[in-house]
Amino acid sequence: MSTSEISGCVNCPVHNSAQLKKLGINMENFDFVVALAGNPNTGKSTVFNYLTGLRQHTGNWPGKTVTRAEGGFEYEGRKFKVVDLPGTYSLLSTSVDEEVARDFILFGQPDVTVIVVDATSLERNLNLVLQILEITDRVVLCLNLIDEAKRNGLLVDDRVLSKQLGIPVIPTIARSGFGIDKLLKMIFDVATGNYVTKPLKMKTYSQELNSAIDSIIQALNEEFPNLPNKRWVALRLLEGDPSIINAIRSGELGNININSPSTVAISEK
Amino acid sequence: MISFANKLRWQIGENLYETLMESIYQNASEIANKSITYSDKKPPFSLDRALDKILTSKYFGLPIMLLMLAIVFWLTIQGSNYPSSLLANVLVDYLHPVLSNFFIKLNFPFWLKGLLVDGAYLSTAWVVSVMLPPMAIFFPLFTLLEDFGYLPRVAFNMDALYRKAGAHGKQALTMAMGFGCNAAGVIATRIIDSPRERLLAIITNNFSLCNGRWPTQILISTIFIGGLAPAYLAGLYSSAAVIFVAVLGIVLSLIVSWFLTKTLLKGEISAFSLELPPYRPPRILQTLYTSLIDRTIFVLWRAIVFALPAGMLIWLVSNITINDISIANHFIEKVNPVAFWFGLNGVIVLAYIIAIPANELVIPTILMLTVSQLGISEFGAGTGVLFELESIADTEKILTPGAWTLLTGINLMLFSLLHNPCSTTIYTIYKETKSLKWTAVSTFLPIVIGLIVTFLVTQIYYLLN
Repeated sequence: MSTSEISGCVNCPVHNSAQLKKLGINMENFDFVVALAGNPNTGKSTVFNYLTGLRQHTGNWPGKTVTRAEGGFEYEGRKFKVVDLPGTYSLLSTSVDEEVARDFILFGQPDVTVIVVDATSLERNLNLVLQILEITDRVVLCLNLIDEAKRNGLLVDDRVLSKQLGIPVIPTIARSGFGIDKLLKMIFDVATGNYVTKPLKMKTYSQELNSAIDSIIQALNEEFPNLPNKRWVALRLLEGDPSIINAIRSGELGNININSPSTVAISEK
Repeated sequence: MISFANKLRWQIGENLYETLMESIYQNASEIANKSITYSDKKPPFSLDRALDKILTSKYFGLPIMLLMLAIVFWLTIQGSNYPSSLLANVLVDYLHPVLSNFFIKLNFPFWLKGLLVDGAYLSTAWVVSVMLPPMAIFFPLFTLLEDFGYLPRVAFNMDALYRKAGAHGKQALTMAMGFGCNAAGVIATRIIDSPRERLLAIITNNFSLCNGRWPTQILISTIFIGGLAPAYLAGLYSSAAVIFVAVLGIVLSLIVSWFLTKTLLKGEISAFSLELPPYRPPRILQTLYTSLIDRTIFVLWRAIVFALPAGMLIWLVSNITINDISIANHFIEKVNPVAFWFGLNGVIVLAYIIAIPANELVIPTILMLTVSQLGISEFGAGTGVLFELESIADTEKILTPGAWTLLTGINLMLFSLLHNPCSTTIYTIYKETKSLKWTAVSTFLPIVIGLIVTFLVTQIYYLLN
């Protein structure tokens, strides 16, 4: 299917929504993998349901999703697999549900990571965003709950935010579906490379640190050649993170299998 | 590799982690400040704050929680009465004889018709009529509260109590999920990051009455507790009894957590922060739809899958005879003397063994076994046939000659709260803990407690009478 035939329509929301084909759990032969990450209770499952047409259980409390749910949609002739992750405050967390999210973002190598952010507490949410930007470039920020932010007297300028972070920012109200059409198009653009992100990398690394990281990466290359995100692993090793050290001792790190242990197919939720 | 990293760590200095986190926080705050503008008009009155002041207040928080619980249960009990008997009328009283005659006309062998129609079909019909109405009321109510944002407030209210018991405040959340289904509650414990506290939450989740046990509680309390009150108060009495058992479960989960903390699972209580999200108006239509279609039908389907083979098993044990007495009756007579110590009887014990796959099967099995044991021919379609009775009064007519007393009723309710989890939950516990030892503890601990409690209640009952 050609994508550039009617250029005037492409920016029209009606056109975008019309292009969305919700595929439910039928997601064979997908072209791209999209991960939905974010702090707890920011509306990831609501966005997920909107995109896939599934009815993953949603609820107004942090910790509702503890396993990965997967679904699919088709847009502009391309098939996307969407993975709804449990909420997490940080990539350094320790509970099982947060590990599910961390492992997928780190080692599942999604083509696009959509970070769903609660506009009412932007600063806290950005801590996770910055951590994710350290490890992956293809990120779309879904600035959700802007209606609640407005009610609390907060206006978030999505363009300023986007400029600073170097990634696209789409304001949404997932409960009503507002902004999802733009989010869809942006996911498509980032996945296909139409939109190239330039994510902010924090410049706090000293020269010594950088060279230390590099030498660990080299060692990792020899022992675990297939491991993604070696830079992150190296940093954790330098910090002395016990969970990563244990993963190396047991050899688990070499064959991290993101399909275990906590995947629950949507049908048995 | 590890020692290599350690050596490098010394070169960089110890506070790398702090430096990194600091720079993240600093960056986040800068970016946020640049992109947020505050509108001048502050909201004059914050409804959220006002609500939280009441719902999580030191004095009103817990009473309001109990009141909400009571309202939900009362609506469930009252509301499911009529639709349950309507379903039973159609599925059992009308359809069963039709099916039965159809099979007889086609000259099916006696045993095949028994297995399929009097076993599999009837047990399934019973489970549907007894489970569907309470679930169709309970799940939407529960989901509305969940959508509104009340669950984190429950956790907030219960936190102090759980902390005193040595457990994690989020255990209140997993407990709440357990009221729907214990297997779901056990999976929900993943939100607890300390392994010690997570185990406590897993072991005690069974003390939340799951939807497979609600029907048992409701029926038995209607017959034996409601029967004690004048007619116009019967609904209130029986609701109060069910709520008492549910609250007893919560209290026991605290006591057991405390006991385990002092013995097998000593350790620090971890601090945690719990977000109190804003209250959101529930999306009523969507909630009704998802909780009816997804949760209710899903749970019901599971029950049916177990009811089909269990119904056949029940038919077999009450129709295969040794020395002219059915296997079921052999078992019941052997077990009766011991069961009487606990104010129970052999029928109840056998029912609980058959119902290990699904708690929903307890009541139908008990009724069917009682009838076949007594040889009452007035009800149902003959020996070993599972049936639904047209009215609660009819059920009473069967249970009373079966030597059922108020004591049996009370102890059945208690034992329904305090016995092993269903097989699905046991399997889930094993999957989550990866430990046979803790799976065994979670399975047998409630039975031991149940036997102690029912024994004590029985002895006290005899002392008073």
